[in-house]
Amino acid sequence: MVKLMDVREEEFIYPGTRVCAGCAMALIYRFALKALGSKTILTVPASCLTVLHGMQGFCTTKLSVLHTPFATTGAAASGIVASIEEKGLSDEICVVAFAGDGGTADIGIQALSGAAERGTNFIYACYDNEAYMNTGVQRSGSTPFAASTATTPGGKTRPKKNMPKILEAHDIPYVATANGSYPIDLYEKFQKARDIKGTRYIHILSACPPGWGYDPKDTIKIGRLANETGFWPLYEVINGDLILSQDSMKYLNDDKRKPIEDYLKAQKRFAQIKPDEIEQHKRYINAQWKEIKNRIENQ
Amino acid sequence: MPDTKKDYQKILASVQKPVIGEAGKTGTWSKLKPIIDLEKCIPVKSGKFTCFNCWIFCPEAVVTRTIPPEIDFDYCKGCGICMEECPVKAISMREVKSK
Amino acid sequence: MYGRMPCKGDFNERGEIEMNQSKAKNKKIKILTGNHAAAYAYRHARVGVVSAYPITPQSPVVEQISEFIRDGKLKAKFLMVESEHSAAAACCAASATGSRVGTATSAHGLMLMYEMLPWASGTRLPIVINLATRSCGAPWSVWDDHSDFITVRDVGWIQFMCEDNQEIYDTNFQAFKIAEDPRVFVPTIVAYDGYILSHTMMPVELEPQEDIDAFLPPLNHHINLSDISQVKGVGPVTLPNIVKREEGTAPGYYEFRYSLQKALENSIDVILEVHDEFAKKFGRSYGNGLFKTFNTEDADTIIFGMGSVSAQARTVIDKLRKEGIKIGLVSLRLFRPFPVKYLRDFFKDKKNIIVFDREIGYGYEGVLCYELKAALYGLKDCPFIKGFIVGLGGRDVKSEHIIDGVHRALEQSKKGDISYETEFLGLKLDELDFLD
Repeated sequence: MVKLMDVREEEFIYPGTRVCAGCAMALIYRFALKALGSKTILTVPASCLTVLHGMQGFCTTKLSVLHTPFATTGAAASGIVASIEEKGLSDEICVVAFAGDGGTADIGIQALSGAAERGTNFIYACYDNEAYMNTGVQRSGSTPFAASTATTPGGKTRPKKNMPKILEAHDIPYVATANGSYPIDLYEKFQKARDIKGTRYIHILSACPPGWGYDPKDTIKIGRLANETGFWPLYEVINGDLILSQDSMKYLNDDKRKPIEDYLKAQKRFAQIKPDEIEQHKRYINAQWKEIKNRIENQ
Repeated sequence: MPDTKKDYQKILASVQKPVIGEAGKTGTWSKLKPIIDLEKCIPVKSGKFTCFNCWIFCPEAVVTRTIPPEIDFDYCKGCGICMEECPVKAISMREVKSK
Repeated sequence: MYGRMPCKGDFNERGEIEMNQSKAKNKKIKILTGNHAAAYAYRHARVGVVSAYPITPQSPVVEQISEFIRDGKLKAKFLMVESEHSAAAACCAASATGSRVGTATSAHGLMLMYEMLPWASGTRLPIVINLATRSCGAPWSVWDDHSDFITVRDVGWIQFMCEDNQEIYDTNFQAFKIAEDPRVFVPTIVAYDGYILSHTMMPVELEPQEDIDAFLPPLNHHINLSDISQVKGVGPVTLPNIVKREEGTAPGYYEFRYSLQKALENSIDVILEVHDEFAKKFGRSYGNGLFKTFNTEDADTIIFGMGSVSAQARTVIDKLRKEGIKIGLVSLRLFRPFPVKYLRDFFKDKKNIIVFDREIGYGYEGVLCYELKAALYGLKDCPFIKGFIVGLGGRDVKSEHIIDGVHRALEQSKKGDISYETEFLGLKLDELDFLD
């Protein structure tokens, strides 16, 4: 694990952005950009991140960004990569797409899948706040089971779409999960990804105070609970082999995982959750870890 | 009256340049600001570059990784994450009157 | 050469086509389909990134381009994207990064790109799309009409319609030069009839690479994200009002869109300039660059159309003349920006205009017809204008339809009968046995 004082001190986002107080996405972006460094071109679809970047004339980052329509992130990144390659700059400049869960799992999945299938040389990072937060908390394919959103007020009836698994099926060199509450782990993953060629996919859980229903000061705590309850394991898949991240290793042991109720009850979006739905979550988490265990033992 | 034949050529795509405080002085979003008790703060007490949870977990990057850590009240939104994540409870959120 | 297949007199004893001009100037003639002419144009224009998705009848364009790249004849990146929407997005991104970009599509492909078209014009990206025109479903049709071409007329792109394969090749170079001009920076469509031109072989005079290079210098993009020393955020949320800060003043959405409109209006001067420069350098011209005229010097009755419609109308002018009608043809080349001033100037002393539209603005009438009517609004002694719809879904546009249309229009004109009824020529309703 990267040491505290080895983390780059330079900030790539100027203070005074429009994002909510306590926004995990801001923290995620802050550490991702630190790891990526100045030789980076970003592309961002319509999302909360668009707002972070600032409005006409004035932006908040030290890096160039190409704003692009909602469905196009993977395609826009492919276009930037093609232009960079045509100019012979692909060893110098890193192209990074940074999208929300809507722009990744739903409307953006075609472009992402196409880009990954073509082996496009870029990093695709999805910050997942588990709904279309920018337009008012409507459900996305990445909204977890039983979560209340503006369009699923009684709770979503289907499980969360497993994007890391879908990207694994594209035979790409690097797939990873990360979490806004573990910024050093995230920093390390972006650093590692930066040095790999081909399509790299990093899916980051991003806690959202207004969307998930909790006090902004608890953002890190809530995100951490997602790991401690086993809901969102941190891992990397490097050329098909699964490597559990340090912060998630102890949760291989079923007994060490905190009860999922701790995570669910702390968020207003699960206020209406029923006992059988909590049981469904438990079944899903157990199955998830059984698979991780199997994979690690048999690879 | 601008010259329609020429002046439009100076307006092309909507392109941004970086500025500090794009949303204004976001410190005005909250009267509460984090105050660090330097007698509890670990890097201050030990003189070593260690802990710095407040620097790590600040979404706005308004905390410096210095001894002592310094917080820019002009842009701190008062979210309270630093208070929650300080392992020795050295930070408390207090009302700070704006200048 | 306009729509003419090679004939006996063109071949020499060895069975080769000989064009006197070209031998002298060291040019090459190839017999090419319209699609391949477009591909050669991209090759000679040194396009840097091509991002395209196959669709009938455009697919041979991208197939030929991938062969050029494989053979090292074109140093470009070919992005084989998974849909036209992604193709357009990748083109916008590659252009903003600083590369010369081209793509090709038809009908539903263009409509799938629709979301990105105002994005490209609003970001002022000099992208060129070669459009092999095709009718829009439903019902499914792969055959030719101009409905896809006209369906995107309000998004702020420059639009050309070509009449033969040589024009496709030539217009592409002009399109890049116009689009990349600092007074313009507007994306451009170069259209040509699907199957009629896209799949029909015609002689095309190809120019030496160095001459094209001299005519079309490298792109100097106003954005160019590849230069990371200049930090830029491109295409952010832009408010209704302007934003004033101590760091500067940023225009609002309204100002950006005003600028696009002005660029389109003033691009006509650049289009004329580039057309004349091309004609001087390469010896081929297309009317005044905006529209081509045929036999109009003493005409008081004009047929107005574009693309395959005017190519067909050309063939009946002589026959109609023999009937005593002083008739000529105007073939529109520049559809957007609509060359209002020049059309008003041309038509102000004409008596009758008969417009043939190979598309229709449903719920109203043929687009060329009503746009021409609007352009001539307020002219003293405005000519009589009558429009007909022809050839939708690839229905043959025959000489007899054009002649019939002209006769009907002139009859109505004589009676002073201004009728807005939209008439379709070439329908076969009477052959449908289930209709009464």
